[in-house]
Amino acid sequence: MIEARGLARTFRSRGGPVEAVRGVDLDVAPGELVGFLGPNGAGKTTTLRLLTTLLRPTTGRATVGGCDLLTDPVGVRRQIGYVAQGGGTAYECRVREEIEIQGRFYGLSKADTVRRGAALASRLDIAGLEHRLVRTLSGGQRRRLDIALGLIHAPALVFLDEPTTGLDPQSRANLWEHIRALRAEHGLTVFLTTHYLDEADALCDRVLVIDNGTIVATGTPDELKSRISGDSVSVEVAPGTVPDAAGIAGRLPGAHEVTTGENTIRFRVPRGDTALPELLRALHTHGIDLRSVQVHRPSLNDVFLTLTGRTLRDAEVPGAA
Amino acid sequence: MPREIWLVFRRHMAVSLRNPAWVIVGLTQPILYLVLFGPLMERIVSSTPGFPQGDAWQILTPGLLVQLSLFGSLFAGFSLLADLTTGVLERLRVTPARRLSLLLGRVLHDTVQLLVQAVILILLAVVIFGLRAPLAGIALCLTMVALIGITLSAASYALALTLRSEETFPAVLTSISTPVLLLTGILVPITTNLAPHWLYTLSRLNPFAHVMEAQRATFRGEYTVDALLTGSVVLVAITALTIWWATTTFHRENA
Repeated sequence: MIEARGLARTFRSRGGPVEAVRGVDLDVAPGELVGFLGPNGAGKTTTLRLLTTLLRPTTGRATVGGCDLLTDPVGVRRQIGYVAQGGGTAYECRVREEIEIQGRFYGLSKADTVRRGAALASRLDIAGLEHRLVRTLSGGQRRRLDIALGLIHAPALVFLDEPTTGLDPQSRANLWEHIRALRAEHGLTVFLTTHYLDEADALCDRVLVIDNGTIVATGTPDELKSRISGDSVSVEVAPGTVPDAAGIAGRLPGAHEVTTGENTIRFRVPRGDTALPELLRALHTHGIDLRSVQVHRPSLNDVFLTLTGRTLRDAEVPGAA
Repeated sequence: MPREIWLVFRRHMAVSLRNPAWVIVGLTQPILYLVLFGPLMERIVSSTPGFPQGDAWQILTPGLLVQLSLFGSLFAGFSLLADLTTGVLERLRVTPARRLSLLLGRVLHDTVQLLVQAVILILLAVVIFGLRAPLAGIALCLTMVALIGITLSAASYALALTLRSEETFPAVLTSISTPVLLLTGILVPITTNLAPHWLYTLSRLNPFAHVMEAQRATFRGEYTVDALLTGSVVLVAITALTIWWATTTFHRENA
């Protein structure tokens, strides 16, 4: 659905050229839900603007929805839906008017636009708002209207730029549900950007981690997590048995970063779920009394930290978007 | 493409019709001049030599139409800046619609809005102040007003898209519009008899001064080549030029 090779974009600025995106290769298969994860200013939005024909790449090429980005931008535009970061609805327009111009710009007839708009509105829980002015909608409703507009022409591929930024937790969870459902029902390919780790984790089949204009890692959320630092296991045992227990834990295959507290042992293993039975058996054989055990899968934040040496929050470029 | 232009036009028209206050707001300035300055002008014109032919209202009303266009259409770019901030422009630019349609639909809306205001202003001048002008002349003048409207709103969009700043944009507009307005002689015509030589020469460099003269001629019912040719040619030329400017600006990437 998307195939990009060496996509790069340099901006001229007063302080000299800024390489916002430096050679991005990516492939997205039909039906995939791919997340582009990175801090603000990493080049997510610029890459999206390149792929949606809003910017011309300085170098590199790409095909999007089967159309060449450079030679057939209008073809690309027909294939895709795009929902920008801040949305894109006019406050003084009615919901109905926004739906209508959007559909008709894609060449739908008036009747088709109305039908399709009504279906999407009810699908996204904004039915009955057609006559309202956009400025009277809540943040969550406006966001869902943005998405409805992006899908009005039933594109096979939709780009969502930071779809849940600025929404309250409930609206976020609600929007995730909608995205999952739309994708399941229509086999939609979704390419979204996010700087929320939990969002990439909860929503995406595959995550591309971008930092400083290049893709630094790619894989399923689980793959990324297991590949990087492994699961963190913490075991609480009776006082006095800590050194023995730590020794046992350290001998588990792949165990590393073993640290001990007063009556706790922490360590990392590639797969916590499979290491656990072995650990329990060994502790039992040595007569060590186990009080509690916890396994934490690493968060994508750990992944980002390992890959770039920075946490996502540290990596944020102040004022960049 | 006409369909796209029509869609954009209708979208903006719907917003304008919901807030019909725009008609009043835009008309306030010219009506104030008509009421508070017009009567003064009547005395001055009749007692001062050097004015072009025609009575005070035939001289003043076309001038106020130019003022109306300058304050209406020239600031059209503000709506584009708003659409730029809210992401509306970007959203529409990702659709297959032609970028030229996005421009022309807006220009058409601004021009229709200007024409409505112009008709109201002329009616007021006729009914209240007894302006006498031939119907054909008024129609010709309104055509010119429409072309001025197209020119100014297209220029305004091009400028707004180039500057992309809600602070710089009005500053640049004001610094351009005031000298242009004064050098057009909208209140007191800049003629060889009334103006010092240097001022007259300077005004000749301003395309709108030529258009202004042609407009006044239409209100006097003078349809000679001498009276209309220069103004019409200049008007068509600047219209074509600004449309071209705005088109290239709209087609530029990242715009």
